[in-house]
Amino acid sequence: MSSIEQVIGFSVVVFFTILVIVFSTKSIRTRFPASFRKIEAINRLKRAIGMAVEDGSRLHISLGSAQLTDPSNASALVGLSTLHRVGQLTSTSDLPPICTSGSGSLLILSQDALKRISVDTNTQAFYDPNHASMAGATPFSYAVGTMESIVDRGVNGNVLIGNFGTEAGLLCETLNKARVSITGSDSITAQSIFYAVTQDTLIGEELYALPAYLAANPTHQASLRVEDVFRMVIGAALIAGSVLKVLGIL
Amino acid sequence: MKSPLALIIAVLTGLIILLGYFIPNPVLSSIRTPLLDWAVILSGVAGLVAIIHLIFGVHWEKVKKQGMQQWFSLVVVVVFLITLIAGLFLEPTNPAFQKVVTYIQTPIESSLLAILAVTLSFSSLKLLQRQRNWMGIVFFVTVIIFLILNSGLLSFTDQIPILRDVLSGLQMIPTAGARGILLGVALGSLATGIRILIGSDRPYNN
Repeated sequence: MSSIEQVIGFSVVVFFTILVIVFSTKSIRTRFPASFRKIEAINRLKRAIGMAVEDGSRLHISLGSAQLTDPSNASALVGLSTLHRVGQLTSTSDLPPICTSGSGSLLILSQDALKRISVDTNTQAFYDPNHASMAGATPFSYAVGTMESIVDRGVNGNVLIGNFGTEAGLLCETLNKARVSITGSDSITAQSIFYAVTQDTLIGEELYALPAYLAANPTHQASLRVEDVFRMVIGAALIAGSVLKVLGIL
Repeated sequence: MKSPLALIIAVLTGLIILLGYFIPNPVLSSIRTPLLDWAVILSGVAGLVAIIHLIFGVHWEKVKKQGMQQWFSLVVVVVFLITLIAGLFLEPTNPAFQKVVTYIQTPIESSLLAILAVTLSFSSLKLLQRQRNWMGIVFFVTVIIFLILNSGLLSFTDQIPILRDVLSGLQMIPTAGARGILLGVALGSLATGIRILIGSDRPYNN
């Protein structure tokens, strides 16, 4: 990485952080309340959460098979935030959500998330560490193990958020039997498979917006706004660069 | 009770790793390298814990239950123990051990890939039943166009300059689209990382 790239990268991180902190302050949030565009997949998820509480059905969250030491772990961390929020929202249900993953570190974090939900919602009696499991150690064994978990535990709603590969296609066949299945991945391959095979797919950055739509905490909404600001800046820079290139200045 | 110590350790570690990435400094580097090594070791230990949980927490519990699943899980437990013992005695780098693992695991995963090809083809045919909107139609038409473009059927167009340029331009559209999606993914990843760095998101229990 050249020194100019290092400066640009560092500046982006610093500005992003400052803006997230500023946008998450109460005064900004009350003066400029957030307005979200409609994402049908997330509306269905909200309805599924409501139905899970009403009819006592179970939701399943799958986090993919990224390792925490991989650069692709951010999508799995979003999955963990979603698990935490879904767990809070379904805490009055008799059946807490279950979680599957394809790596050891995600198993430990998902067990922690389920435990934290039980403490937050005072439902320790329902906490079972076996509600989170590593379905398999390789991508295909993970897909097969997850399919088995979905069938065995009477799951009626699925949320697949994380890093998936082509094995996503195997999972989708089982997903289509559930009442609702929301899918999202940071991988282009998995996104195209999900879009072709399932009903509700989150494309690109929509995946990272999921916790904000479920009203997880103010910084989620703030980071969504900052993403919009940066997207506009990057878009403007790309257009300006193209124009300058056409004019022969660059 | 929430522990501020875990939060402080996580935030400080994250900041040191991040600063070490952007600022080439020998002091930061000497702290950053062992921290990353610890993360890799911890990740390996977590993998071991997860496999033990999978075998004895999930499959061993199924073995105790009645039904067909009991036998599948018994096979998993027995094969795991055989592989573990063989790996401990022969060591994972042993060519004989490698051969056994490769000749069992590779064909099984290849057959799953073959099933996947059939499943995806069948599901793609039903695409327009599920996605009855203009995006679904665009997706379907695009799939057909690029199947034809990449099938080699239009290789004769290499001799026709204008057509060749048009098709070459078409081939660049997926790259542009993928870059647009990846830009959103990159911004989302950045936002997730920063939320963890400022202690707002805590995937670790505290």
